[in-house]
Amino acid sequence: MKNLLAKDPINIIITGVGGQGNVLASRVLAGMLVAKGFYVTIGETFGMSQRGGSVMSHLRVSQKSVWSPQIPLGQADIIVALEPSEALRVMSRWGNPEVAVLSNSRVVYPIGVITGDYGYPDEERIKDIFEKLAAKSWMIDATSIAMEIGNPVLSNIVMIGALAKAALLPIDRRAFEKEINKRVAADKRGANLAAFDAGAKMV
Amino acid sequence: MSKLLSSANKEVLFMGNEAIARGALEAGVNVAAAYPGTPSSEVIENLASVAKERNLYVEWSTNEKVAAEVAAAASFAGLRSMCVMKQNGVNVASDFLLHLTASGTRGGIVLVICEDPGALSSVNEGESRYFARMLEMPLLEPADFQEAKDLTKWAFELSEKIHNIVMLRSVTRMSHASGNVICGKLPNKIRQARFVYDGPLTDPLKGPVISTPVGVKHKLQQEKLKTARELFEKSLFNKYIGPKKPRLLIITSSACYLYAKEAVSMLGLQNRVGILKLGCTWPLPEKLLKKYLRLTNKIMIVEEVLPFMEENIKVLAASYPKEIGVKTFYGKIDGTFPSVGELNPDVVAEALAKIMKVKYKKLPVSYAQELRKVAEVIPSRDQTFCPGCPHRASFWNINAALKLDGRDGFVCGDIGCYAMASLTPAIGFYTVRTLHSMGSGTGLASGFAKLDMFGFDKPVLSVCGDSTFYHAVIPALINARHHQADITFVVLDNAGTAMTGFQPHPGLTVSATGENVPAVDIGKICAALGAKVAVSDPFDLEATTKKLGAFLEEKVNLKILILRQICALSPEKKGKKQYDVKVSDELCLGDECGCNRLCTRIFRCPALTWDKAKRKAVVDEVICAGCGFCSSICPQNAIVKAKARVL
Repeated sequence: MKNLLAKDPINIIITGVGGQGNVLASRVLAGMLVAKGFYVTIGETFGMSQRGGSVMSHLRVSQKSVWSPQIPLGQADIIVALEPSEALRVMSRWGNPEVAVLSNSRVVYPIGVITGDYGYPDEERIKDIFEKLAAKSWMIDATSIAMEIGNPVLSNIVMIGALAKAALLPIDRRAFEKEINKRVAADKRGANLAAFDAGAKMV
Repeated sequence: MSKLLSSANKEVLFMGNEAIARGALEAGVNVAAAYPGTPSSEVIENLASVAKERNLYVEWSTNEKVAAEVAAAASFAGLRSMCVMKQNGVNVASDFLLHLTASGTRGGIVLVICEDPGALSSVNEGESRYFARMLEMPLLEPADFQEAKDLTKWAFELSEKIHNIVMLRSVTRMSHASGNVICGKLPNKIRQARFVYDGPLTDPLKGPVISTPVGVKHKLQQEKLKTARELFEKSLFNKYIGPKKPRLLIITSSACYLYAKEAVSMLGLQNRVGILKLGCTWPLPEKLLKKYLRLTNKIMIVEEVLPFMEENIKVLAASYPKEIGVKTFYGKIDGTFPSVGELNPDVVAEALAKIMKVKYKKLPVSYAQELRKVAEVIPSRDQTFCPGCPHRASFWNINAALKLDGRDGFVCGDIGCYAMASLTPAIGFYTVRTLHSMGSGTGLASGFAKLDMFGFDKPVLSVCGDSTFYHAVIPALINARHHQADITFVVLDNAGTAMTGFQPHPGLTVSATGENVPAVDIGKICAALGAKVAVSDPFDLEATTKKLGAFLEEKVNLKILILRQICALSPEKKGKKQYDVKVSDELCLGDECGCNRLCTRIFRCPALTWDKAKRKAVVDEVICAGCGFCSSICPQNAIVKAKARVL
């Protein structure tokens, strides 16, 4: 097999808040890559925090073998965040000067911010951090785009569309279409494809 | 067709728990039973999803002990079976398992344990490998996804060979991780159930299945373990990778193998460090270990939770000092690895770098400094009840009733999402003061209530979920009733085993495989105990608080309030708002109101946020589940609910 990856393994972290479709996004992405013949290892943190807690998936894409389901610190190549402060949280532990970040700009306030115990960095501050510390970064209002398509939960697919267009991974629309056809009922495929295309337009 | 039934040689992405289920299918499993518990639940969910096609009997049992018994019956009748549970489930099942390992089994039977190092979704870091040693049964630990399938299949063969149950241990990072798996063949043979019991008592295969005569059966049990050890010596699930003469030998198992492998590669130590990965961890393959222990004097044991392998390997090493020499061990006991929490590649790499005196690539200093600055501005995201969660409303009711009562009453908690009322700042007040194992809340409450003769005078409540009610609460309730313990017991009935993903339980009319089954009604059981029983909707604040208050006042022994409201994430409710909820700008007095931000500071729903510019509360419509309960907590009636339009 010829070398199809920029490095091996490519380390991707998909992060968000419980209920944003983080796990589905990681499965869809992994499915597209497995279909292309790669080894994919996913490590997921979910469980008690059904809604409102931080959720994170680690994906390792390799042509050689499975890898640890936990990515070593400082070694993320791509961060896809469904919520901006979660992007920062992952960045602060797995970031490095080469990392690419795609983040939804829509905020989901942690309970401690709602109570007034903590502050939340404003959007400009977050953008500055990405520009300074990431090699490439995109802020996308994925939730608003998804709401226009009809359901805010499609923001995960908007982000997958953006990721595909960013050309950081060997994935494309056709691979997405094949994968989504396996996973969702026929009447929902159109909305998913619309979300994917809308995301791709943002990059 | 289900991915689980992929044809032979097909390569698929399986979650560890799917791989275990597939391994069981390839072994021709007939019966599978379990009680749900993260991270184990997907094994049964997957098997249930193909039960019709594969002619399986699959059930969600009332608790783990019953699950083990249901699986054992199938084994006694010559079928292949498995029971699945999370780490603490083994404690529940252990009494039966102690006797089962003594009586022996017939058809292949596998006990799958999914542990949770670091307690990512548990209230304990339980360790069940010691049960394998204590109950004298073989223990297998898969180290990747392919092995999760293959080792499960082999576990059935091993069990059938030695005629005893075999334990297979997974962990969260195996069960809830995913990787490539090449499928094997699915068998076509269908077994018939036949229970033979008219042979002599001393014949475990033809006589009654029983743990006596103890002397005979216990000896036989230990011989089975010896046979397992011999098979382990040759098993390909134990493998060594590394140089012929390593400076340091890592011995590891389970997901820790992947961490160790990555750590060695991060440090570029492939030519100096060897890894012996064990798939068979009890009884230890002695000859194999002696062979590799001889390679070097520096031995590092990489494992999670308690130092089980480390202790066993040290005992083995101490038995053969002349053959293998004096060793220095690095593990949990000497503090090389932390004694609590889960491991990862970084922890292993750091320990290894120190011992091998190598440096590993770190981030540029200035960049690392910037990252630390970023960390300072990130608000922590504490766990809380979901938007629309009936538990938030239930504890609001309980807190209101206790405050009105004014005698400093408290709640004995139990295991479920509602445990969050005690653990984290999920809600702005604390009512739950004890939290232990399933069913313990009511047992403890029953005990507290009998302390009045020693001057104890606080009202005591206990809570439990509907699934927990069947699992372990009934004996405690009988105890409370029989001993006239004055307690108020609240059932937080959200119509399913919600925390683990809505598995059905005996209170529902549907089985694991979707069949119609009779429901066992909680209210009727409670009434049959002779308790005073009432039912309420936790979203009805006024009625519920009133009923609770009356129960607290009344001195009639056992009082039971069933709070019924379906979980916000249940398939029936998910994504369907009952109400459109808004905060009225005119009515909300914001910072000026005397309530001191009751809605956002104390109630703590993720959808009810604070608009800093307006200095007033605001509902985030994307997050709001539309339960409407918050409209009853605002003293200004500023939170307004209107029937949602049906989409």
